[in-house]
Amino acid sequence: MSEVLVLVEHVEGQVKKVTLELLTLARRLGEPSAVWTGPGYSAEAKAKLAEYGAEKIYVADSADIVDYVVAPKAELLAQLVSSASPAAVLVAATAEAKEIAGRLAIKIDSGVLTDAVGIGEGLVADQSIFGGGVNVRSRVTKGTPIIAVRPNATPVEAAAGAGAEEQVSVAVSDAAKAAKVVDRVKEEKGARPELTEAAIVVSGGRGVGSAENFSIIEKLADSLGAAVGASRAATDAGWYPHQFQVGQTGKTVSPQLYIAAGISGAIQHRAGMQTAKTIIAINKDPEAPIFELADFGVVGDLNQVVPQLTDEVVKRK
Amino acid sequence: MNIVVCVKQVPDTATERKLRSDDKTLDRDAADGVVNELDEYAVEEALRLKEAHGGEVTVLTMGPDKASETIRKALAMGADKAVHLVDDALHGSDALGTSYALAQALKKIGFDLVVLGSESTDARTGVLAAMLAERLGVPQLTFANKVEVAGSSIAIQRVTDYGYDKVEASLPAVVSVVEKINEPRYPSFKGIMAAKKKPVEKLGVADAEIDAAQVGLANSWSEVADFAAAPPRAAGTIVKDEGDGGVKAADFLASKKFV
Ligand SMILES: Cc1cc2nc3c(=O)[nH]c(=O)nc-3n(C[C@H](O)[C@H](O)[C@H](O)COP(=O)(O)OP(=O)(O)OC[C@H]3O[C@@H](n4cnc5c(N)ncnc54)[C@H](O)[C@@H]3O)c2cc1C
Repeated sequence: MSEVLVLVEHVEGQVKKVTLELLTLARRLGEPSAVWTGPGYSAEAKAKLAEYGAEKIYVADSADIVDYVVAPKAELLAQLVSSASPAAVLVAATAEAKEIAGRLAIKIDSGVLTDAVGIGEGLVADQSIFGGGVNVRSRVTKGTPIIAVRPNATPVEAAAGAGAEEQVSVAVSDAAKAAKVVDRVKEEKGARPELTEAAIVVSGGRGVGSAENFSIIEKLADSLGAAVGASRAATDAGWYPHQFQVGQTGKTVSPQLYIAAGISGAIQHRAGMQTAKTIIAINKDPEAPIFELADFGVVGDLNQVVPQLTDEVVKRK
Repeated sequence: MNIVVCVKQVPDTATERKLRSDDKTLDRDAADGVVNELDEYAVEEALRLKEAHGGEVTVLTMGPDKASETIRKALAMGADKAVHLVDDALHGSDALGTSYALAQALKKIGFDLVVLGSESTDARTGVLAAMLAERLGVPQLTFANKVEVAGSSIAIQRVTDYGYDKVEASLPAVVSVVEKINEPRYPSFKGIMAAKKKPVEKLGVADAEIDAAQVGLANSWSEVADFAAAPPRAAGTIVKDEGDGGVKAADFLASKKFV
């Protein structure tokens, strides 16, 4: 069986959930080989990758590889594609990993598919386009398929792999060193899960009314262990930072549960959350289009409903 | 500074968007064409950089004849001239083909800086700027929410999941911008009138030295196997809050095992 390369996403040495999803998916397509880039690799990381099926782990943990924007990682993957001849390369459909996929595609003259929500027989990728209105099945027709898969699209399953480690030495080319990262600024996000990875997302919109009042959204999120999202009306108003915007020009989320409070459900918002498994809407307008999507809706004032829901969740834990 | 800003005409996100049943490409006639929203931020940023550092802003678009509306809008905002890459051979190009065609046009035009929106609202691949940097062999400065140029140096803030990275490079470079980098100006009446007289050069595949075997639907690196309208979601339960809306929502969560 051919190898399937999986680019590992990690933060502070911890393997992200999306990587376990990709490994689960890769097992159906061939033999998963995890590709670790940048510092932070540890025995713990190795164990995690093996637990979810990595037969091989390529480790390229020099700092060089993350000190420049995107290009070194694409270079590394191109090197591995030529040495390992994998059946496919899987990356997470994050902004950065999609860019890596894009540059890799050019380097190895191969097709790339972004934002897949599933991969079937013959490496056919399922995609949901136009804000969730149309489902498409696509395939790569030239080279080694490179597929960026959305977080939360695949239920994870553990299945031990050998986890054979292979150090990869990389000499980052001068061309790949053109854009240097001189500083990384971390903005406080508290203990909440990352928006695109979270199993539960609680979002607030214009109906929340103010930046201060977003605390009721945050409290509900914290009671559920959820990430906080916002509509564009809320980020435009400066009530919540832009990186939490869900929708057409914000993040796309696909959680198990999405709670929309004070959000009307404009098509551009739906584009970012339509594939959530379960949707709850809280809105005082019974005609709000968000109710068309909702599995459960409460017509009412979010200032009453949200705190009550939070209390109930806390009580029932 | 010679700035080229890439803009794309996309179907209005507020209208129903479709794929064509014959060749499974975007149905450009089904919906109104508008400027890809993020590209307006790119045009604005290009104009601000020109205002601060001097030079010229050229609009580059690839698309059918109809895309000239998009060029006019960018010219009305204040860009100096435009290049319209238009050729039937380009129809149906995927991201690889499009990036190749644009890179060839950019080489012909010449540039110190290329500015793009970070993604389009129709394809949403978010890869084009990175691909252009790869093809042109220049620094990739993408997902910028701040751009600063000083002489031949350029620095941006690259938006990340955890905040932002400060990134530095030398010109020439490719920059892509995110939504809240600036507030795009509305074209003034004077701008709209002036736009009518600004030069728009049309380039075909041969003019831009594009190898026709690398572009177009038939030469794409990927294909749409099939597509279908997404099935509608099953109707949910909607209750009116009578003082117990939060409790009922919690009951629902419990029934789905979320609490
Ligand atoms: C190209 C383009 C891209 C866009 N991208 C995005 C995007 O990425 N994300 C996005 O979200 N939008 C996006 N938009 C904007 C989108 O069209 C809507 O304007 C936006 O989603 C509206 O946000 P909202 O639902 O919070 O506000 P509104 O539409 O104003 O809705 C507010 C809702 O809150 C309800 N409400 C008010 N007070 C209360 C209360 N006390 N209790 C309960 N309910 C209350 C109201 O009934 C109303 O339904 C985009 C638009 C365009 C043109």
